Amino acid sequence: MGLSGLEIFKQLPKTNCKECGYPTCLAFAMALANGKASLDACPDVTEEAKEALASAAAPPIKMVKVGAGDRVIEMGDETEIFRHDKRFNHPTAVTVEVKDTDDLDARLAVINDLTFERVGQEYSVDMIALVNASGDAGKFKAAAETVKGKTEKNVVLVSEDTAAMEGALDVLAERKPLVYAANKDNFEKMTELAKSKECPLAVKGEDLNSLAELVDKIVALGYKELVLDSGSRETSKVLADLTQIRRLAVRKKFRAFGYPSIAFTSKDDPQEDLMQAGVYLSKYASIVVLKTDKKEHLLPLFSWRANLFTDPQKPAQVQPGLHAIGDADENSPVYCTTNFSLSFYLVEGEVSSTRIPSYILSVDTNGTSVLTAYADNRYTAESIAAAIKSTGLEDKVKHKNIVIPGLVAVLKGSLEDESGWDVTVGPREASGITKFAKEKFA
Amino acid sequence: MAVEILKEKYRSQVREVVLGATKDEGGTRSATIKVGGESTLPFLHFEGEVPNPPVVAMEVWDIFPEEWPQNLKDAFGDALNDPAAWAKKCVEEFGADLIALRFKGADPDVKDASAEDCIAVLKTVLEAVGVPLIVYGCGKLEKDNAIIGPIGEAAEGENLLLGVAEQENYKSVASAAMAYKHSVIAQSPIDINIAKQLNILISEMSTPLLDRIVIDPTIAALGYGIEYSYSIMERARFGALNGDRMLGMPMIGNVGHEVWSKKETFIPVDEEPGWGDQAERSLAWEAVTAIALLQAGMNILVMRHPQAVKLVKQNIDELMQDNSY
Repeated sequence: MGLSGLEIFKQLPKTNCKECGYPTCLAFAMALANGKASLDACPDVTEEAKEALASAAAPPIKMVKVGAGDRVIEMGDETEIFRHDKRFNHPTAVTVEVKDTDDLDARLAVINDLTFERVGQEYSVDMIALVNASGDAGKFKAAAETVKGKTEKNVVLVSEDTAAMEGALDVLAERKPLVYAANKDNFEKMTELAKSKECPLAVKGEDLNSLAELVDKIVALGYKELVLDSGSRETSKVLADLTQIRRLAVRKKFRAFGYPSIAFTSKDDPQEDLMQAGVYLSKYASIVVLKTDKKEHLLPLFSWRANLFTDPQKPAQVQPGLHAIGDADENSPVYCTTNFSLSFYLVEGEVSSTRIPSYILSVDTNGTSVLTAYADNRYTAESIAAAIKSTGLEDKVKHKNIVIPGLVAVLKGSLEDESGWDVTVGPREASGITKFAKEKFA
Repeated sequence: MAVEILKEKYRSQVREVVLGATKDEGGTRSATIKVGGESTLPFLHFEGEVPNPPVVAMEVWDIFPEEWPQNLKDAFGDALNDPAAWAKKCVEEFGADLIALRFKGADPDVKDASAEDCIAVLKTVLEAVGVPLIVYGCGKLEKDNAIIGPIGEAAEGENLLLGVAEQENYKSVASAAMAYKHSVIAQSPIDINIAKQLNILISEMSTPLLDRIVIDPTIAALGYGIEYSYSIMERARFGALNGDRMLGMPMIGNVGHEVWSKKETFIPVDEEPGWGDQAERSLAWEAVTAIALLQAGMNILVMRHPQAVKLVKQNIDELMQDNSY
């Protein structure tokens, strides 16, 4: 989204002095536009030009960090509106709300325990948001102490009372929590607090206009580690505001909105809470704060996040290896496919609907599909035979029969030679597996 | 400083498709349903029109759904033994906007129900409820081709939404729609070019059918490649708004069908302690899948669990609130 080479060229001295290592100023400008050179290499560039180019070259959304050490969470630094154009960089930080009036020991124990494993990936709650629901500064500080002692998670401190914030921040400053929030009345003091402790600061407006004004005032105070909240809480309005913030930052380079964003759910019912969180996670929130701390609610949310933030230019992969479907045992049939996630899931779905416990051997094809991998010499008699060996399949089942996709029927002979197994040619499409299994294995 | 709200101006809009037909229109539905017609991306009321909210169809089978997990069956009780009672429950108790009748029993490997059997079920369901109907075959091409014509004929004028036409097999469904005044689901395998090509093929058979096509872009469940469907849908909708007439149809997604075969919906908590309660998890899985697809432009969601339906319908209501600046 930066300037074009020609736009940059206009700002350069046009001396063609070659000091920068490029033959002409134009060539240097092109290299700058592609991010391959740094303006510092030019000896004659004016201060004005530097400033103009620096602001134009800055990323549309600043990267802001919360947390310290190896628990740092990066937010922002996004360049896209649609994931099909290019990958979204930083997955939404899923944050569970707790109040300083809750039984914190119990709640933090539950939240600490919220870790999930699904398809070889591990997820856990990224942050807790500690809310000063009591309205009491002493209580908020005591709660911060409890948080400090009982969890290592990152923290959002939620209070618009500067005295309460100061106390809690003193306790947790080393964690680099997100200070939530500066509003139109407290922003000078909140900015000072966040700045002195070098913590990110959330800016809360009453709508987009007041948010932009407030951001400008805080930037004028010399602080830019900001996270945006338009103040809206109704689902439809939040969707609109998050969309405008992202669009204006990316498309118009509107500086006041060039920061990560935070969204809070507003429902008391945990299921409804989850629905709202799903909307905000889909559409651009860098942080979603929700209330439910149930595994059965958070697992689908984490799964959606894992899907949404994948790189659309890379085929999604599953773990290569042997996958048991149902209570597979030594007599179960063995199907063979690739580790391209769509191929695998199609086969997995069909095999599990046969209700016959089975194994699926997923050969590492670098995430390519059956035919692509075959054409690319990744799905071959050799690679399949090697996978049979490396997964210990010969010890898992007492037969020696493997089903290969009908699309690569041609591999039958060579695989039999290579592996010593009997090879059955399966259906061409996964949708044929039910019928096939019924005839062969039922 | 006032923020200058960024409003996109699109060249076109999604076609509006009417489902069902009332008595005056040659059918027996108590009301019709309109889908599509939007001139912006999902729920961005601040820059365009979203004249018709997305709708939820609930699935009803011609046979008892043995394979459903127990908690899903429990949500319906005895009604699952009788398609008419089942459909009535969906509409009256659970607020289904439409019924999606699936002729699972027609599968030669299941019950091999004949076209006549299917028609008998269709008639009882048409009688039991006043909402428009979506009709799916059993998923086996040969059998579906054999039954779709008679089914279409038996319900002539009802403007059913008939599923599914595919690139290699669209003529029987499109002919039934053309001859007996129904609409068509055009299904493509997560591929925007095939979606377009199929619409062209169908419109070549009959131009007026262009206003009676609903695209099924093929959706995957949460955790099983949903991001592919999501991006294909976003691209298709973007194309539609930018004037691509052959992509400008409303979209339908078979959410329940995809979700309820996945292990996240049926593995009990004692087998996967980290995944939480199965009953709650399974319906959350269906609801979150639907929520995500709504954000990519889904117009008709075909779903199963009543509580998931309720949550999604509420989310739609909230998202339909005006958010103009």
